[in-house]
Amino acid sequence: MTDPVLSVQGLSVETRDGVRLVDDLSFDLAPGEILGLVGESGSGKTVACRALMRLLPEPALRIADGRVALMGQDLVTLSEARMRGIRGRQLGMIFQNPTAHLDPVMRIGDQIAEAVRLHEGASRTDARARAVEALRQVGIPDPEARAGSYAHEFSGGMRQRAMIAIALACNPKVLIADEPTTALDVTVQAQILRLLMDLRDRQGVSIILITHDLGVVAQTCDSIAVLYAGRLCERGPKRGVLGAPAHRYTAGLIRCQPTSAGGEGMLDTIEGQPPAVSAMPKGCRFHPRCGAVIAVCNTHQPEQTARGPGHIAACHNPVADAAMTVSV
Amino acid sequence: MHRYRFVLLRPLQFLPVLFGISVITFVLVRLIPGDPARMLLGTRATASALERIRAQYGLDESIWVQYLYFLKNLFAGEMGKSIVFKTDVLKLIGTRIEPTLVLVIGSVALAILIAVPMATIAARNRGRIPDQVVRVVSTLGLGTPPFWLALMLMIVFSVKLDLLPVSGYGRTLPEKAAHMVLPCLTIALSLSAVLTRSLRASLIAQITSDQATAARARGLSEGTVFWRHVMPNAIVPTLNLLAVNVGWLIGGTVIVESVFAIPGMGQLLIRGIFSRDYMVVQGVAMCFAVATVLVNFLADILTVAADPRVKL
Repeated sequence: MTDPVLSVQGLSVETRDGVRLVDDLSFDLAPGEILGLVGESGSGKTVACRALMRLLPEPALRIADGRVALMGQDLVTLSEARMRGIRGRQLGMIFQNPTAHLDPVMRIGDQIAEAVRLHEGASRTDARARAVEALRQVGIPDPEARAGSYAHEFSGGMRQRAMIAIALACNPKVLIADEPTTALDVTVQAQILRLLMDLRDRQGVSIILITHDLGVVAQTCDSIAVLYAGRLCERGPKRGVLGAPAHRYTAGLIRCQPTSAGGEGMLDTIEGQPPAVSAMPKGCRFHPRCGAVIAVCNTHQPEQTARGPGHIAACHNPVADAAMTVSV
Repeated sequence: MHRYRFVLLRPLQFLPVLFGISVITFVLVRLIPGDPARMLLGTRATASALERIRAQYGLDESIWVQYLYFLKNLFAGEMGKSIVFKTDVLKLIGTRIEPTLVLVIGSVALAILIAVPMATIAARNRGRIPDQVVRVVSTLGLGTPPFWLALMLMIVFSVKLDLLPVSGYGRTLPEKAAHMVLPCLTIALSLSAVLTRSLRASLIAQITSDQATAARARGLSEGTVFWRHVMPNAIVPTLNLLAVNVGWLIGGTVIVESVFAIPGMGQLLIRGIFSRDYMVVQGVAMCFAVATVLVNFLADILTVAADPRVKL
């Protein structure tokens, strides 16, 4: 296997009161890999990615522990000035709500050119040409003219394309996509996901795709990491995790996916709510909502155990092999 | 460029507005109790002398006829003759407009020069000591009446330190500039308090906004994010607040001109009111009204230029 572009080891994020919103998160991202980071609202996926970018709202949140190695360089210990050289150049980020994340009073082309000029010292003319090229790459028609437009003159899907153009203008190694399709309607969602896969194929960028939608993961990702209450439940190749989930929470999530074919009656749900950050349950954090609790779940945090090649899960009472199958 | 079409169309709306203002000023002036002729000639004037003065200034006509004369004069670019000064009101205003204009423009410029750094320091150090200091200073600025502030500035800078003239206007440019420092400062300190508060709140909202986070994710430094993405987005609400306040400020010059004995339009207005010099009061009120309308027009143009989403 090739060396990972990004290797996260034991990343933990704490609030000022010492509550861990992300606890001991580890994963590797190979060149050109799309990793789906899955979890419910509040599971810590967004916080984890802000931590990767070192964009946590300090001092309210801070990285308490762990290593984030980008091509061998640890980002956690990097100075803020050197981290700025990484953001936008090696690590690009796109956000859930493109409307709120674009500057409404600056032309789209200027927002793209801004990063190019900053990181590559390009001249004004060169940066403008690069901006037009970036817009062309993300499939915006008539990019020369559109570079001079403002965000409000774009449709929702076009705004997300523009965000992607900004993030990819400097050809970063890794793109972090925080729920990039949640605010878009379904047809546009599919277009944006296809665009991300295209960009991966053409530019070889690795992508961390944060989502709560397993359907999106099934369509786009190569591998999956499932987070619950800030802890990693299960991680592995898409086929393994979706086809033979080991963790009870992963299995629950898969059962909850509405299917368009042949489904009838009530939708499945996982009973209860994710725990509040201030009242994390002892032992396995999922045990109050789990349908297969055994004694040890209440007291001990489960260890991560191998379930297959590259597939690990942290569950005391995992789903028996081949107990369920899902079309992937 | 269609966003700027209103620059051509809006002046058409000014006509009905100005017509309304002319009616209101004309009627209100005549509602003040008292008689210009008697004010001029004193209590022991004979009835025939009073009649002569009234006839001379057209005050013996019915109010409708007087108003039509007033309108006719306006269209001819005149505002009638002052009863007290015995000269053309427009000429009179011409000799008085400079100090007032300097006062308004100077105090707005000074207020901006004070408010922008104060709000910047407060917003970038939110919750810390610099923010608290700015909060206290701006509360003091809001709570201090301008006439009292004017007297205190006079005592400190003119009487005790002897740095600046106490009052008046002067003849040469340096003299005029020296005379205008304290009046401008008086208005600017109150105005900047309002602007600082508004701008600080907008800046904080923008510093924590999603678009600023996205700019940081591009690798921009905090300073670049602030001046390139935070400030341009925060400035528009404060700009509009400023436009509203300039209307109020033009009225406020009356007090400051009185305290500092500046021979401007505010002083002219007060003398006109006391001597029931209808033409002068009408003329100055019309000028103030036109200025307010124009300032708001200018603010609209600036808003459209600053925010591409705005359509008027």
